[in-house]
Amino acid sequence: MNENTGRGIIREINGPIVTIRLPGVRSGEQVRIGEMGLVGEAIALIGEDAVVQVYESTEGVRPGEPVERLGWPLSVELGPGLLGGIFDGVQRPLEEIYLNSGDHIPRGVVLPALNREKIWHFVPSPECTSGSELAAGAVLGSVRETERIEHRILLPPERHGTLLELAPEGDYRLEDPIGRIRGADGRSHKLKLYHRWPVRNPRPYRRRDNSIVPLITGQRIIDTFFPLIKGGKAAVPGPFGAGKTVVQHQIARWSNADIVIFVGCGERGNELADVLETFPQLLDPLTGRSLMERTLLVANTSNMPVVAREASIYVGLTMAEYYRDQGYDVVMLADSTSRWAEALREVSGRLGQMPVEDGYPAYLASRLAAVYERAGRVETQSGDKGSVTLIGTVSPPGGDFSEPVTAHTKEIIQTYWALSKELADARHYPAIDWVSSFSGHIGVAAEWWHEKVGKKWEQRRAKALALLSRDAELSRIVNLVGPEALSGAQRWELEGAALIKEGVLQQSALDPIDTFSSPEKQYLLLKMMLTIYQKGADLIELGVPVQELRELPMLDKAKRAKQLFNSEQTEKLIELNEEFIQEFEDVRIEYAKFKEHGK
Amino acid sequence: MSAKEYRTARSARGGLLVVEKAPGIAFGDRVLIRDHRGRKRNGLVIRSAGNSTLIQVYEGTDDLDLESTWVRFLDQPLEISLSPELLGRIFNGIGDARDGRPPIVSSIRRNINGSAINPAARTYPRKFIQTGISAIDGLNSLVRGQKLPLFSGSGLPHNRLTAQIVRQARLVDEESSFSIVFAAMGVSHSDARFFEEDFASSGVLGNVVMFINLADDPPVERLAVPRVALTAAEYLAFDQDRHVLVILTDMTNYAEALREVATAKGDVPSRKGYPGYLYSDMAEIYERSGRIRDRHGSITLLPVVSMPSDDITHPIPDLTGYITEGQIVLSRELHNQGIYPPVHISPSLSRLMKDGIGRDDTRSDHPSVASQLYALYARALETRNLASIVGADELSGQDRRYLEFAEKFDRYFVGQGEDEDRSIIETLNLAWDLLSMFPKQALTRISETDIAKYHHSGKD
Ligand SMILES: Nc1ncnc2c1ncn2[C@@H]1O[C@H](COP(=O)(O)OP(=O)(O)O)[C@@H](O)[C@H]1O
Ligand SMILES: [Mg+2]
Repeated sequence: MNENTGRGIIREINGPIVTIRLPGVRSGEQVRIGEMGLVGEAIALIGEDAVVQVYESTEGVRPGEPVERLGWPLSVELGPGLLGGIFDGVQRPLEEIYLNSGDHIPRGVVLPALNREKIWHFVPSPECTSGSELAAGAVLGSVRETERIEHRILLPPERHGTLLELAPEGDYRLEDPIGRIRGADGRSHKLKLYHRWPVRNPRPYRRRDNSIVPLITGQRIIDTFFPLIKGGKAAVPGPFGAGKTVVQHQIARWSNADIVIFVGCGERGNELADVLETFPQLLDPLTGRSLMERTLLVANTSNMPVVAREASIYVGLTMAEYYRDQGYDVVMLADSTSRWAEALREVSGRLGQMPVEDGYPAYLASRLAAVYERAGRVETQSGDKGSVTLIGTVSPPGGDFSEPVTAHTKEIIQTYWALSKELADARHYPAIDWVSSFSGHIGVAAEWWHEKVGKKWEQRRAKALALLSRDAELSRIVNLVGPEALSGAQRWELEGAALIKEGVLQQSALDPIDTFSSPEKQYLLLKMMLTIYQKGADLIELGVPVQELRELPMLDKAKRAKQLFNSEQTEKLIELNEEFIQEFEDVRIEYAKFKEHGK
Repeated sequence: MSAKEYRTARSARGGLLVVEKAPGIAFGDRVLIRDHRGRKRNGLVIRSAGNSTLIQVYEGTDDLDLESTWVRFLDQPLEISLSPELLGRIFNGIGDARDGRPPIVSSIRRNINGSAINPAARTYPRKFIQTGISAIDGLNSLVRGQKLPLFSGSGLPHNRLTAQIVRQARLVDEESSFSIVFAAMGVSHSDARFFEEDFASSGVLGNVVMFINLADDPPVERLAVPRVALTAAEYLAFDQDRHVLVILTDMTNYAEALREVATAKGDVPSRKGYPGYLYSDMAEIYERSGRIRDRHGSITLLPVVSMPSDDITHPIPDLTGYITEGQIVLSRELHNQGIYPPVHISPSLSRLMKDGIGRDDTRSDHPSVASQLYALYARALETRNLASIVGADELSGQDRRYLEFAEKFDRYFVGQGEDEDRSIIETLNLAWDLLSMFPKQALTRISETDIAKYHHSGKD
């Protein structure tokens, strides 16, 4: 046992936390534990001992068994072949593990994330000629990873120097050398189609980029009311069953991102099976290609080892940054960040660290902020533009949003979709509560909408929100003294709010037409509801009894419009709108006649 | 089996035993303890260091004379024997026979902890299971491979309801084998007898495996019960191609046992004294349900969780709800009105319902009927609220119709007899009796074709 051999022994096993004696081991270093060769990470050095968190169950491990240094921190493989795949919290390929080992995940498996046998057709970048000086992150060439994604092969971020040689266009495997570069150290380094990167270090970029556009998700309450931008940070807190996962799956399906990374962190296995079974069949509305071609999954389900849960977020983020560095807009969905925080808490508890709030360690807030800080739109090392949008769900115990994870997250993010149990219980989906949700990007989004869709976006949005808040006020009165206390105009306001809620805000993820709504369709639906409200309000002003208006069949028809016409059929929505205006006109004439006779 | 035996127990407290000078003991190892009277107890290594080993003793540590306690490390995890003979048998919490019949003999023995199903190996739950109970089948359908808990409270009829489900549950379309694994944790003697007699008299017992841990059995044993039961269920489902419904009652007793052991170990408590790992621990149990690629069987899980003081935000129901695929919530208010089963549909939800119902499984109008009933009932509850403020007389005719609907819905749709086994078609027809109280255009969530087909006024 000395520094050179890199070997030592196990002293104590306490669940996933193992104390070892291993001279020379560094904090953050990967170690192999015991006869089974379980992998773990040294997280603390205490005197001569090191404390290791192990990514797999330690059942059957004994004190006295050997341990071994691996010499590197937790890192992931970055190269073609990630898309369409499903990986565990430390990037082991779960499909290959299934094929090799069957239904359950065995321990101690060592399988590389990327397939070594697969052949890729590499096309070198024309500007990469022998002798050219390459900066870190330069694009060496590309391979077609899926029909829709051209995978750029990047010079690893810490490498730069003179290109000695680059392979010609042709077919290569991952381990085949595709070139050599003389680094700053004067030595020659082989280049391959992939490289490794330590997950706890954010990948470098040139600078943050401020040219921002909204991420379009096809979800009306998000795009029209609480928009998110590409490179933004969003949180979806909500009690169980309120619809957090559905919100994320909807974004994974329909958003206009190039790449989607879904990290199932401490949640259900069936939800990943759902994605794996449905996404290959679903087509992206923008490209018409299978959604799985742009999607990759990281899975540490709630029954998988807790320590790998903590790692899974970083593993997902690093892959997200890697595609960002190729110039893509990446959306990373983390479901749920609360489970990640709990993993942190469990390890800190086993280490005997002082808990501060609800058992969480003092560094919870700073770790959370550091995770979200890895989102953003950047100018990449090679001068391209790319972004990582990070959307995390939060699962507050008892649905109490004042608990530490929700409270700290709220301080960090700019877009907040708060899910409400009351709305979910009333089957108002998505149960995003318009009172407590917010978006810090209304101004930016307004510019985009006004230019691309219509000039009245911001104004209509504000009108609808005003109507909704009137609705809340009036409903309070009704609940105190009954509906008789309201005037006709006030009752019509309630109808107007109902139109907004049922005709615009409610959107079924299960309805084949309603599940996705293009910005144009969103704009027209909102216009339709506001038109009906406005026309009706005008008639009430003239003296038409509200009861007559409430019985107009057009109200139900308007509420159904979202399901009748898909995003392509915008002219139908325009027609319908005209039809409604005409109907109001008829009512007005009818009423005028009636008054005439009355006299 | 190397059987190292030690007499170096140093302390015993709250179900935990510390043994010294036992080097090289495997974490998770199974332990046999012989107390001073020669009685055997079972244990599990939960912390292992060279100089001291911490053992969780399933039968508890009461009344141990450390000087004359012998501890043997068996060099294997806690396992149970598995064979088709399990069906019709009754065992205790760690899988020993409790029915006076011989133990199961089999070459197949498995670790009760199982190991995580590879998410890539799962197939998504599909296909309807009929329980014969309208509030479940019609509005919160159970699907093969789903985990759907029953949230109850003390004094509510969850035992009668689970027994009814055990008697009635079946797959509608095929005759493939359907079995029940029934695990009771910390139940009273009378409840245990109720279940045994009910299963025996209704003739289902031969198709049920029971694991019983009684209220006066040691709490630590409760930690093994669901794991033992699910190991049996996995064998029946994935080795024997059966569709298995697993009932775990009551997970609250389980979680309390976990808290007891955690406190004795000195683990950092989080909410209400429960350890921070309660979530992961329960998830290890609940996530053993499901379906697996290329396997014919399935495990459907129905845990009963009684909510302490009827509080759904209490950590046990709360964390359960975060893991399971929905919940069926029983209501004291309905129970007090004499409605059985007192299922409160507003907070109830089956997340997988959409994947198990509709044209191919039940009937094409099922999804929209369910959604419409939910919407009408939500509105009816608001009206009820309003009526309690302004008085029913002040309500409009339309509002009074909602009140009447809620009334009938509770009595005739949710309410049913304890022996009443309704087919899904009967349930849907009943739903249309209620929906037909409303004019056609009020049914905005149902397609015009279905309205024309099923609305009573459309038929004449
Ligand atoms: N937009 C939606 N459309 C239709 N159903 C929804 C929608 N959002 C949520 N649901 C329903 O709510 C259930 C729970 O949603 P889920 O996202 O799994 O909740 P959470 O992740 O917050 O626990 C879903 O299974 C579905 O039945
Ligand atoms: Mg969820």
